[in-house]
Amino acid sequence: MLDVSNRPGFKSLTVENLSYNINESMLIDQLSFTIKSPGITAIMGPNGAGKSLTLRLLHGLIKPKGGRITWQINEGTTSPTTPPRAHNKPETYDEKQNKALATSQAMVFQKPVLLRRSVIDNLRYALKVKGIKDRAAQQPLLNAALKMANLQDRQKSPARRLSGGEQQRLAMARALMLRPAILLLDEPTSSLDPASTAAVEALISKASNDGTKVILISHDIGQAKRLADDIIFLNDGKLAEQAPAIELINTPQSRPAQQYFTGQLVLAS
Amino acid sequence: MTDLSEAFLTAIRLMTSADRDLIEIVLLSFKVNGLAVFIACLIGLSTGALLAVYRFKGRTTILVCINALMGLPPVVVGLMVYMTLSNAGPLGVLGLLYTPTAMIIAQTILITPIIAALTRQSLELIYREYKEQLTSLGVGGIAMAKTLLWDGRYQLTTVILAGFGRAVAEVGAVMIVGGNINHLTRIMTTAIALETSKGDLALAMALGIILITIAFIINALVYAINSAAEHRAYA
Repeated sequence: MLDVSNRPGFKSLTVENLSYNINESMLIDQLSFTIKSPGITAIMGPNGAGKSLTLRLLHGLIKPKGGRITWQINEGTTSPTTPPRAHNKPETYDEKQNKALATSQAMVFQKPVLLRRSVIDNLRYALKVKGIKDRAAQQPLLNAALKMANLQDRQKSPARRLSGGEQQRLAMARALMLRPAILLLDEPTSSLDPASTAAVEALISKASNDGTKVILISHDIGQAKRLADDIIFLNDGKLAEQAPAIELINTPQSRPAQQYFTGQLVLAS
Repeated sequence: MTDLSEAFLTAIRLMTSADRDLIEIVLLSFKVNGLAVFIACLIGLSTGALLAVYRFKGRTTILVCINALMGLPPVVVGLMVYMTLSNAGPLGVLGLLYTPTAMIIAQTILITPIIAALTRQSLELIYREYKEQLTSLGVGGIAMAKTLLWDGRYQLTTVILAGFGRAVAEVGAVMIVGGNINHLTRIMTTAIALETSKGDLALAMALGIILITIAFIINALVYAINSAAEHRAYA
């Protein structure tokens, strides 16, 4: 049986002068911040602040136009996920580097992207991609993932026939199956009802308690209060404020954060 | 009208009596068209999938060319293959002219761009949906193309059907490179053309009925497969 208990762990993330533009439009503008704490970091901000783009840049899905992203990972020894190389040369982003990062990171999108296959085959696909092709080695991981998503009875069902909440739970289970060091979540509960939101939040909390560093984008202040340890508040592609969650929500220092948390309309320029 | 009904009755008689000439023509048609579609699928499906996944300089030019080649005039293809395979041509030494192989080559040239272009179009829609998730999982380009081919398999049956439809209806190119030689290179479409010009409407009609029946059965099968897939949310 495969041992996933000893795996790489998050140490720190340093973002320095990160920039991304499309023509004249500066979407991420000299963004710098550091995350050293474990637990859950929420990225918040008004629409158009650059939250989703930042998450994609952090994950290596998009190549930055400038700046540097450095992930520091504690190396594991027997983990099925390979510890990534330091991710500090944006100009060398390529397929291989993305692959290396993807082995210690997982990302779940706002709208879960599920393959046109059954529930179990969606999970099995992710295992195969990570190099776990032996069925005997797959089985315990599949069982655990199905249990995590509470989809044991629906493993043969077409994944795209599941309800929105079930689909998101499956996407979460697929992402967490190999216990990644870092889990990136792009508004994972934005289209879910309260019960499904609670189920997904429980998975997020469990992942964090198990040692996975979670970086979560959310518009939901209640969710940030419930889950986040610290918040990075973005506005207009720049860092407006970074502080412990309760402190930032209760006493925001920056003008955009004050407007946001008091419910005033903030329009991205 | 009488001629038509007589021809129709004779056609039915030919079919029910399992006429040897008729069977020979039908089997050769299946062989030529089937092999041409098979080879075109090997080339076209992989080309289309790779074009759906990869972005590179010159890709747009390739897409324009492949789309343009979808409308290749069969007689022009026939002429090109004829000139290539004739004794004076570069591949004349192979002695392939007026053989089923020459017909398969011509058919493959005609069908491959159709399958490649439609595959690219069909899989690109899935690619746009899957791209970020597969990249996030660490899936490389080739593996991504394979995933798209598998997950798009039901849509691709329609693509293959379009290629088969083109092959089975084709007459110009195979007539030029095959020569419509009895018991050697005569297939359904060339036989229909010949028998009609000779005034033997019965055989032509029998072949026509078989041709339409085959097309109908294949379409029905593809429709059933796609409906089942859609019902199960795999399409």
